[in-house]
Amino acid sequence: MDEIAVGTLIASTLRVSTPLILCALAGCLSERSGVIDLGLEGKMLLTAFTAGAAAAVFGSLTLALLLAIAVGVALSMLHGYACVSHRGDQVVMGMAITMTAAGLTVVLGIAWFHQGGQTPPLPDAVRLAPWFAGIAHALRDAWAPIAVLAIGLLGHNGMVYVALLLVPAVWWLLARTRFGLRLRAAGENPAMVDAAGLSVQRLRYTALGLNGALCALAGSYLVLAQNPSFIPHMTAGRGYMALAAMIFGKWQPVGALWACLLFGFLDAAAIRLQGQPLPWVGAVPVQAIQALPYVLTVVLLAGFIGRARAPKALGVPYAKAH
Amino acid sequence: MTGSSQPLPRWFDLGVLPVFNLALALLVCGVVVLVIGMDPGQVLALLIKGAFGSRIGVSYTLYYATTFVFTGLAVAVAFHGGLFNIGGEGQAMLGGIGTALVALWLADSWPAWIVLPLMVFAAAAFGMAWAAVPAALQAWRGSHVVITTIMFNFIASALLSWLLLNVLKEPGNMTVESKSFGPGAHVPAAHEVFAAIGIEWPRSPLNACVLLAALAAIVVYLLVWRSRPGYTLRAVGFAPEAARYAGIRPRAQVMFSMALSGALAGLVGINEVAGVHGRLLLDYVVGAGFAGIAVSLIGRNHPVGIVLASLLFGALYQGGSELAFEIQGFSRDMVFTLQGLIVLFSGAMAQVAAPTLARLYFAFAGRRALAHG
Amino acid sequence: MSTAAPAVAMRGIRKRFGAVQANDSVDLTVAAGTVHGIVGENGAGKSTLMSVLYGLIQPEAGTIQIDGTPVQVRHSRDAMRHGVGMVHQHFMLVDTFSALDNIVLGAEPDWRLPVARAAARRRLEALMRDSGLQVRLDLPVEDLPVGERQRLEILKALYRGARILILDEPTAVLTPQETDQLFVTLRQLRARGTTILLITHKLKEIMALTDAVTVMRAGRVVLDCATADTSTDALAQAMVGRRVQLGRADAAAPRPSGAPLLQASGLAWRDSLGVARLADVSLTLRAGEIVGIAGVSGNGQSELLDALSGLLVPDAGTLQIASRTFTVARWLDPATARALAVAHVPEDRHRRGLVLPFAAWESGVLGYHTLPRYGRRGWMQQGAMLADTVQMMERYDVRPRNPQVASGQFSGGNQQKLVLAREAMPQPQVLLVGQPTRGVDIGAIEFIHGRLRAMRDAGGAILVVSSELDEIFALADRVLVMTGGRITGEMPIESCTEAGVGCLMGDATPSGIGPVMPALAAT
Repeated sequence: MDEIAVGTLIASTLRVSTPLILCALAGCLSERSGVIDLGLEGKMLLTAFTAGAAAAVFGSLTLALLLAIAVGVALSMLHGYACVSHRGDQVVMGMAITMTAAGLTVVLGIAWFHQGGQTPPLPDAVRLAPWFAGIAHALRDAWAPIAVLAIGLLGHNGMVYVALLLVPAVWWLLARTRFGLRLRAAGENPAMVDAAGLSVQRLRYTALGLNGALCALAGSYLVLAQNPSFIPHMTAGRGYMALAAMIFGKWQPVGALWACLLFGFLDAAAIRLQGQPLPWVGAVPVQAIQALPYVLTVVLLAGFIGRARAPKALGVPYAKAH
Repeated sequence: MTGSSQPLPRWFDLGVLPVFNLALALLVCGVVVLVIGMDPGQVLALLIKGAFGSRIGVSYTLYYATTFVFTGLAVAVAFHGGLFNIGGEGQAMLGGIGTALVALWLADSWPAWIVLPLMVFAAAAFGMAWAAVPAALQAWRGSHVVITTIMFNFIASALLSWLLLNVLKEPGNMTVESKSFGPGAHVPAAHEVFAAIGIEWPRSPLNACVLLAALAAIVVYLLVWRSRPGYTLRAVGFAPEAARYAGIRPRAQVMFSMALSGALAGLVGINEVAGVHGRLLLDYVVGAGFAGIAVSLIGRNHPVGIVLASLLFGALYQGGSELAFEIQGFSRDMVFTLQGLIVLFSGAMAQVAAPTLARLYFAFAGRRALAHG
Repeated sequence: MSTAAPAVAMRGIRKRFGAVQANDSVDLTVAAGTVHGIVGENGAGKSTLMSVLYGLIQPEAGTIQIDGTPVQVRHSRDAMRHGVGMVHQHFMLVDTFSALDNIVLGAEPDWRLPVARAAARRRLEALMRDSGLQVRLDLPVEDLPVGERQRLEILKALYRGARILILDEPTAVLTPQETDQLFVTLRQLRARGTTILLITHKLKEIMALTDAVTVMRAGRVVLDCATADTSTDALAQAMVGRRVQLGRADAAAPRPSGAPLLQASGLAWRDSLGVARLADVSLTLRAGEIVGIAGVSGNGQSELLDALSGLLVPDAGTLQIASRTFTVARWLDPATARALAVAHVPEDRHRRGLVLPFAAWESGVLGYHTLPRYGRRGWMQQGAMLADTVQMMERYDVRPRNPQVASGQFSGGNQQKLVLAREAMPQPQVLLVGQPTRGVDIGAIEFIHGRLRAMRDAGGAILVVSSELDEIFALADRVLVMTGGRITGEMPIESCTEAGVGCLMGDATPSGIGPVMPALAAT
């Protein structure tokens, strides 16, 4: 077994999956509370731009992250204002955020940095540094499974580990806290939550706030870890893939994690598998692998591989009866 | 619908509200223009000049509008059936594929009057098929059509990519496109038509499909408001329970509305693939599906509104292109931003402003009645 | 009787909804530690009164005292704070959560869920022992039978410290065995000192369980006494009232029976919760008669109409119309029903009878839009549709006479007249009508009744379902009473007495009443 190849594959999977995981967690929080979020793509894009621009202008990693989070939360609050407070159409709002973000990031990018929409390349000092890189390198020649794990799991930047840790954190929040119970109830039977004397609006706004922050982490990752700068349309549909992963994971944080890893693995493996004949199937075109996450989600939604039950009150604006 | 007990008069609902929402979007866009250090007035003037100030400008405007009419009608038809079709992008891609397949197969040996109608048919049929699958999944399996159509957009993109790279690409050619269509697939371009009747007209992508778009708008109007299938479609869209009571089968209506919607979106293929490029390429759709959503929202889902809104968007796209030439640092993306803002204000935030406007209207109307009373 | 302050004292409660005075200066006194029944027909005002007590509705006037202390109840939170709990007819539960989580939601003793659940479980187990209520706390609600879900709702209220429990039509969804079990539970709660307010229309329950009873009618209290001092007959009389003269001008001679036009037999249907909404229902509609189905709504009348018009496929039974027989395998559908000249005026004209955004002429052909005269090969003959709608509006006096006005803009009475015109003018053989004059003004009521009688005189068969007993008495030649999904009484109009029908509606055996269905003799 070629440890380097396998280890690198694991490493690529994690790196590709990280923004997906963060966005899928964001989607989980919003949708479990009953608000459809199709704006994941737009929020990730705009926060990526914010992080790239802020890092370039202020030269501070912390400031870039904070500003990105502020922008992400602001967009989610806008979503809440239109959809939770005023019962606007949640699907349309998500599309609006994504469409506006796609245009606005390029317009501001060109105007401020004059590089065709890109932000200036960031020096390493401002970007997220790899953790445990030394250990990873040292273990390269160790016993095969250890080497694979070392190459695959160590040496990533902090955000990868944060994303992985956030999965149990969000799970714990939803399943083991009072707030999580109430949030989930708001997504299933908001009338009951209201009758119990709780504010459905407040629960949903809180969920959206967390959603915005998580999307911001995803966007920041793209610019502060993956690429050296912001490139127009750099999210390339990842927000929608995260949405698909969330659905594929049945709106559960851990399920979403596995789905993101699967989709990330397919993405990472696609190039490698190009031209290589697989057992039984023969040579699979790369586009088939690229389309696979979406095909799998459709198959799941059609009920052919188990049932995906959305939160009962998802997408239905809640209006108090009296 | 407003929250007040009295309904707004039709002219207010259909005329004033869209204009108000458009104005809001333009206002916010103007702010963005200011933020990036330009003069909104100058930008607007140049935009209008670029869109309408010359024959070639007008031609481009109409050419863009053609595509938007197709996708706008697609969204509107689905909307009247109570569904949200976000799959216009994918359906348009499939329409282009259908057009190209027929063209590549027949255009070398058969004349245009046989090949062109077949191409139109193929474009519609492929688009229809691509929308029919999510529709069937919604009708029979309850899968939410919004999510499935988004997924299908990505699948279509992968399909197109594979087709071009593995099947249709010309060996030895570096660019990712099919070989050019033969003479049988030639859609008459505007300048050619004008030349035939002795008027000199500059070259542009504007072609006979603009007439097809106008025809589509008329057909959709007749179909939705004057035909029985349109009646049942609207009944299901407005009141599914009443429709069941009336003996209308909801599943059939879901299939019908999405199929028609997909067919309309597929016609984009004729305009772009056949009318302009003459071969299949990767990126001929370029957001037309999403523009269609904006067009339909601000056009209030009515063919007349959609045609007007398409002209507006066509002007924006063309004017935007001109602006990108004239002003350094300006790009088409400003138009995309405006597009998103229009969807924001006339779609998602429509509920925010409507009650206030309604109150203003009734206050004003009340005062006038007193004055004249 | 103790001299302690009553658990609940409501004085002078007034509440108006539009033109209807739902509560008209209502006084209610409930002694502590008793089961107090509140009886009435639909629209009597009992649900409104309890909603006021629970803080869901704000009255225009009146005071509430709980345990002698005047209180302001603005929200159900306030009610709960004062010890009032309510179990609604439609349960407020999250199906995917466990019973424990449902109980604890909003009243969690700790922000950490495992800690909260453990603490709650301890309290609940004590509570369950105390009250005798048994609920399996760890199962998801969707796996619990209806009776257990109801106990869950009661437990939810008790967990929040409810000493006064309001139960809204609790036995509507229960089987007889579950009902008995509920009564045992309620008696045990009473023994513990809980005060129970039981909203019901079932007189048997009142007599079996309550200590005191209040009868409401048309927003007022008409009878308030100890249960021991009254009887089902008296209650039925009070519930239904001494109103309508049963001798109608046109009921002089009993009509000869016409040919049977529609025969249903053995209809049965269970809803998604497994509750039997229709149980062994059989009826025959003959030419030239109006059959009225009386009964408090929610007892299967809606489901019966849906089954007969093709909107609902029952689990068992057959239907015969003209020469065609329908079985469960191939049931009727609305289009076929119309083809067989069976017309249907639905109970809910807003959601079913009309498409509100459609113009009047578009709603005027709803269900008949496939007729050849309205278009061929898909093209709609708008002219014919408009002309027909104008004719409908003329004949049935629908105002404004403009067929282009949106359906939603007409008043309730005019909407109903339009729907009736549409269904009646094609001269159907059978007309099924649900709540023909709900929300309709007086003038239109007379008009609609006149039209229905005219149809009957022309030889049609009409089935009228109405929760207004007045209307049934005014129209019907034959009266059927439905309770709990069954037809529990059938008699010609001449044999109807208020007490008799009231008893049947209250699901009690009437004493000394005219011919009744043989099956009841065993009760």
